[in-house]
Amino acid sequence: MALQPAVTDLELLKDRPAVACLLAGLPGALQSAKFDRDELTLWTDQIHLIGALKLLRSSATTRFTVLADVTAVDWFPSEPRFEVVYSLLSHERRERIRIKVKVSGADPYIESVTALWAGASPFEREIFDLFGIRFQGHPDLRRILMPDDWEGHPLRKDYPVEGYR
Amino acid sequence: MPSIDQFRSVPVVETLGDDRTMVLNMGPQHPSTHGVLRLLLEIDGETIVRVRPDIGFLHTGIEKTCEAKFYQQVIPMTDRIDYLCPMTNNFAYVLAVEKLLGLEIPPRAMWIRLMLNELTRINSHLVWLGTHALDIGAMTVFLYCFREREEILKMFEMVAGQRMMTSYFRVGGVSMDLPLGFLDYLKNFARYFPDRIDQYSDLLTNNPIWMGRTKGVAHITQEDALELMLSGPTARGSGVDWDLRRDMPYGGYEKLEFKVPLATEGDVYARYQVRMAELRESIGMVKQAIANLPDGPVKADAPKIVLPDREKMKTQMESLIHHFKIVTEGFTVPEGEVYQGVESPRGEMGYYVVSDGTAKPYRVHMRSPCFANLNALGVMCEHNLLADVVAAIGSIDIVLGCVDR
Repeated sequence: MALQPAVTDLELLKDRPAVACLLAGLPGALQSAKFDRDELTLWTDQIHLIGALKLLRSSATTRFTVLADVTAVDWFPSEPRFEVVYSLLSHERRERIRIKVKVSGADPYIESVTALWAGASPFEREIFDLFGIRFQGHPDLRRILMPDDWEGHPLRKDYPVEGYR
Repeated sequence: MPSIDQFRSVPVVETLGDDRTMVLNMGPQHPSTHGVLRLLLEIDGETIVRVRPDIGFLHTGIEKTCEAKFYQQVIPMTDRIDYLCPMTNNFAYVLAVEKLLGLEIPPRAMWIRLMLNELTRINSHLVWLGTHALDIGAMTVFLYCFREREEILKMFEMVAGQRMMTSYFRVGGVSMDLPLGFLDYLKNFARYFPDRIDQYSDLLTNNPIWMGRTKGVAHITQEDALELMLSGPTARGSGVDWDLRRDMPYGGYEKLEFKVPLATEGDVYARYQVRMAELRESIGMVKQAIANLPDGPVKADAPKIVLPDREKMKTQMESLIHHFKIVTEGFTVPEGEVYQGVESPRGEMGYYVVSDGTAKPYRVHMRSPCFANLNALGVMCEHNLLADVVAAIGSIDIVLGCVDR
């Protein structure tokens, strides 16, 4: 099972249902795509995020009705610094897809998806707590794992592993 | 955009409650919260108006710590996330790293992993059943469940030298072959265990007190289950027909035959039925794994990733060098990212691993099933009685290590 090189050319990926669905239904939403290790990753931007998720959820060719996971990655010191990662799952088509949105490090905020999936609420709170990314429209954005009076966001790359002493 | 100060925590208690209702604090040190879960219950008489879980008491920053460890050093950390199903976590992590590496493992290792993974599920479900029944007032079941659990822990000790924090799986296989006498012990266990499931079932399934405490309690609909990102037996009790082992097979599950138990009532009793049926399916899978277990190596032939056998390391220069390099510098993993979801006893356990091409993971994220399932507690408990909160917590089978990581 030797590793195949990643496919990043949109032309080669345009037959995949999720890519085709976004290209046809929401022009401009799809920034780039990558197919690597049997997993498809799509990049979109903050403006198109909610629309893209809604479309992928309802479109008959994709049916990504389940949000499996929300998390973030800190690419400090590059800019835009953060990537928020949504893992979607389609029960009907037995397929996974990853949607990524880049978020600036200076003022990290992004639209909340709690209106689409209520279950995203604790996941977004966790990202807010550990990365300091704010979610607009989240009903109850508070720290969830760290103590309420904690300073800093531990999963950021510039936060020391041992913590501040 | 509002400033970050606005999101600083507001005192939780003040936002709850009005003249009619009172706020009751439950936990974090409460035996029926299965760990250190704190619940803020807003109650009107004995009826629940709102439930607000407060978590984080067991947060140890495992995701952060993983970023400072070599890939192989992360394995012992994964045990400690969900200490009732260590092998499942090991399994998910090593599968993710193997996918990143493009590494294939020998068939014997694959079958050993499947066998132990299902044994782990039985172990976890036994703790769930025992404590769940104990919470609702059936003490006897607990003692019977722990009798069998002890046997499983003995078997874990045989293979891994450890009862709970096994760390037995390795990237590229398992750490060592099964010890002599293990298979006979396991065969004997698999022979009498179905009978033991009947014993538990006799105590509970048609017990009027049990049914009275569980039927129609903490109900959740299929739509809510999907909306709230529920998974595992908790979702299957509400009719969500989804099991990663069957629907997106990983690590060799496509070679096993099993049914996915399903119930549609969506109450505590339905979730109980699903897990009881899963116990039977799991022991069936263990039997299939024993029957199919081939001879051969238990580690992949990848000297730069998998530690050499002790004997080789002491006699061959090459192996000694590889051993030294892996232990001191780790092994590098090509750039990329994978998400590996597995069906843990509690639901979808997902490992999202990002590699930047070095010997340490750039990011390890655990998608914990308990973390998502706990969120449903509020919906489940609304308009139920205070005493049923305990039944609801038991029925979603949370492990606080898994919630807080």
